[in-house]
Amino acid sequence: MPHALNHRDTETQRKNRFSVLSVSPWLKRIALWVLPLAFLAVFFFFPLSRILAFTLSPEAITAKNLPITASALLFTFYQAFLSTLLTLLLGFPSAVLFARFDFRGKSLLRALTAVPFMLPTVVVAAAFNSLLGQRGLLNTLITNYQLPTFTPSPFTLILLAHVFYNTTIVIRIAGTALSSLDPQLEQTARSLGADSLRVWTNVTLPLLRPSLLAASLLVFLFDFTSFGVILLLGGSQFATLEVEIYLQAVKFLNLPLAALLSTLQLLCTLIFSTLYSYLVTRNSYPLAPRSTQHPPRTFQQKLFVSTFCLLLSAFFLAPLASLPARSLFRLEADRGQRAQIQYGFTADYYTELFINRRGSIFYVPPIRAAFNSLAYASATVILSLLLGFPAAFALAKPTRLEKILDPLIMLPLGSSAVMLGLGFIITYGKWLTSPLLVPFAHTLVALPFVIRTLQPAIASIPDHLRQAASSLGASPLEVWKHIDLPILRRAALTAATFSFTVSLGEFGATLLIARPEYPTIPVAIERFLSQPGGLNYGQAMAMATLLMLITTASILLIEKFRPPSAGDF
Amino acid sequence: MKNTPLLLTLFCLLLSACTSQATPAQSPAPQPLTVMTHDSFSVSEEVVAAFETANNAKVTFLQSGDAGSMLNKAILSKNAPLADVLFGVDNTFLSRALEADLFEPYASPALANIPAAFQLDPSNRALPVDYGDVCINYDKAYFVENALAVPQSLEDLTKPEYAGLLVVENPATSSTGLAFLLATVAHFGEDGYLDYWRALKANGVVVVDGWETAYYTNFSASSGRGPQPMVVSYGTSPAAEVIFADPPVDDAPTASLLGPDTCFRQIEFVGILKGTQNRALAEKFVDLMLGKPFQEDVPLQMFVYPVHPNAALPEAFVKYAQAPAQTASLSPEEIAFNRDRWIQEWTDAVMK
Repeated sequence: MPHALNHRDTETQRKNRFSVLSVSPWLKRIALWVLPLAFLAVFFFFPLSRILAFTLSPEAITAKNLPITASALLFTFYQAFLSTLLTLLLGFPSAVLFARFDFRGKSLLRALTAVPFMLPTVVVAAAFNSLLGQRGLLNTLITNYQLPTFTPSPFTLILLAHVFYNTTIVIRIAGTALSSLDPQLEQTARSLGADSLRVWTNVTLPLLRPSLLAASLLVFLFDFTSFGVILLLGGSQFATLEVEIYLQAVKFLNLPLAALLSTLQLLCTLIFSTLYSYLVTRNSYPLAPRSTQHPPRTFQQKLFVSTFCLLLSAFFLAPLASLPARSLFRLEADRGQRAQIQYGFTADYYTELFINRRGSIFYVPPIRAAFNSLAYASATVILSLLLGFPAAFALAKPTRLEKILDPLIMLPLGSSAVMLGLGFIITYGKWLTSPLLVPFAHTLVALPFVIRTLQPAIASIPDHLRQAASSLGASPLEVWKHIDLPILRRAALTAATFSFTVSLGEFGATLLIARPEYPTIPVAIERFLSQPGGLNYGQAMAMATLLMLITTASILLIEKFRPPSAGDF
Repeated sequence: MKNTPLLLTLFCLLLSACTSQATPAQSPAPQPLTVMTHDSFSVSEEVVAAFETANNAKVTFLQSGDAGSMLNKAILSKNAPLADVLFGVDNTFLSRALEADLFEPYASPALANIPAAFQLDPSNRALPVDYGDVCINYDKAYFVENALAVPQSLEDLTKPEYAGLLVVENPATSSTGLAFLLATVAHFGEDGYLDYWRALKANGVVVVDGWETAYYTNFSASSGRGPQPMVVSYGTSPAAEVIFADPPVDDAPTASLLGPDTCFRQIEFVGILKGTQNRALAEKFVDLMLGKPFQEDVPLQMFVYPVHPNAALPEAFVKYAQAPAQTASLSPEEIAFNRDRWIQEWTDAVMK
């Protein structure tokens, strides 16, 4: 009997069990929430409310401010909607590819799709430019064949970059859910005579709905609050809410308008996440961790796998490969003869990284920068899992309390980093300089990911398996080890990967806190790119390559802990 | 569990990251001094080390974003200042800092050596440290290859032969772009500057958000090998192209347009933040910044000129950095009063 059919029963059983087993459910709830809520209160709600208080000033809502607000809001929605759609279009088939099929080079390709997520925007802009720019690789090739050059419009570039950044979210969240779907459900449907299409539309897709919605929400929020990509690739004629907030707060010191726009952005975020919670609450389906992966068998499967492998390699590898290429080859070996670009191989950019040529006090050796980045990232993983697990446990079995708290968890993703940074300054002042605050700032961004990844997994643990195990004499520990752990481990690893990459990529954390010491790789890259000269550019590319390598290696390492395909129970 | 060793390793890494760099304390505890700067600030280790030993001090630099963000952060934290000294507010934002009453006056004896032209604040709340000229750089090879004459004035840039060849930064997002906008206001006046920008727009001027994109993505003579052979950058950028060339070159690949009013002079200031608990040490640090060793360190660290007339310049600066005979200028009050309106009008004329 497919579990989905009797899920209403399990739901009631679960509720009963909960009220019977817990001596004091409220006490338990409070224990689960105390740390995550305290964290959010201290690092998010309190400082943010201090700065958003400016919305209340009479200068916020004026005739002059309204058109700016309206046009920013409209454009923000428009580009976020398109970007999310495109990301799902590429991300969902890719999730199927990774969840269902085994092929050579799979883990490397999977890891590569996550690399863009933590690359600094400046570097992605440089990569896109060296590939798609007027004198980029693509156009150099095209002009060799006497074809008209192709230069994408800034808006196309923005959309492309959003897809490039966020596809990994869909791959990971939908993929995790897909690979832990009980294959029996599909098999049963098939044995009842459903063809592949009907199995997908009637069984698989409905089961995946919560995770697809979660992924879409995260992607949408990221696009909705996009900032660096818009400014660097589109220029400021494309003013999203976040760009407008930055301009008003930092350039014009117009805090009332900036606060008004941030409040609006937060409200939108709240609406999206409430909508999301509403759509997924009644959907927790039992899952069983089983290996459903196999090499492509039929012709259609082979065609699908090879097409998507090619597509993903082209889309992710090409821009990424241009960075190491630029770090090893100098383009202007001879500036006199510009007619043909001369390529020269060089390792200078890497050796130069180790030299503090100008004796600057802000010089950071590459090893130190890498070490700092890794240390912050590890701390962020530990911290965000520590805070994320209890919250996800509570949210997985929601009471009235959780229904209220659920949408609030997503708010850090929808708040402007610029404004939160200013809030930190007026609230905490000198405390800001402590390097210990960095992992906390990173955790703020990582936490929504962690919770959204863990929550469906915890909710999906089939109670009847637990009950069966205990009725067969398994101790609670054994139940946890054999039932909960295999399912949670997969989700926990996905969550860990997210918080790791969020931390490596910094994500506007530099706007949140000032750090006199311990510069990370992204900070070092920005420093190189802030001065003219071929050597600076080359070193920035070398540092970016280093960041890519570290990220790929770390993701591959984290994925080593994926459970070996669990057999039958 | 199989992954316990790895988790332990990560934990140890983490712990060591938190502890390993703590320096062993010397003699009586050094007095701390915090200096708030923008992200482009740099200084030699030696200069700071010498100051720290001489005054038994420990200097911490608080890099707080670009010049605009830094200033706003300082204004917001005025009642509980984050630092003792603030460096990096320039003449385009000086009035905002002075109006916000951020600084305590300090008539440093070192000011005696600094030309009066740089001392824009008569009550010495903000003291000049360095200056640089925002100029248009051009790709020498491009103009030679295409047998194109180098433009001689701002007016020349609207001629059809230079169509689509110039990239500028948006003055709303970039201080470099703002400086160039101010140069055009100074040259064409309130009544003429918007017409000039409309003509530039008709001639295909490319606008990007910041200096990094303009220089590394759009400018043809940089490593980004972009499409535009002219960029709004700095008079010292050609020298940087030589110093950071790889392999070494004997001549700069770029040069600056030096026609009348094509460059705008930015002067950067230092001030002691109101409410500091370390006034005496802060004064000493300001003296240091105006003194010769620091002033001679300035060019190669930040690619700007020292205000001290007797500070020796590095060879590459003398050879390749170009200073215009006549820079465009506007008073800080004029800038403060009109800045936001000019940016808004510019946005309406050029970006819409």
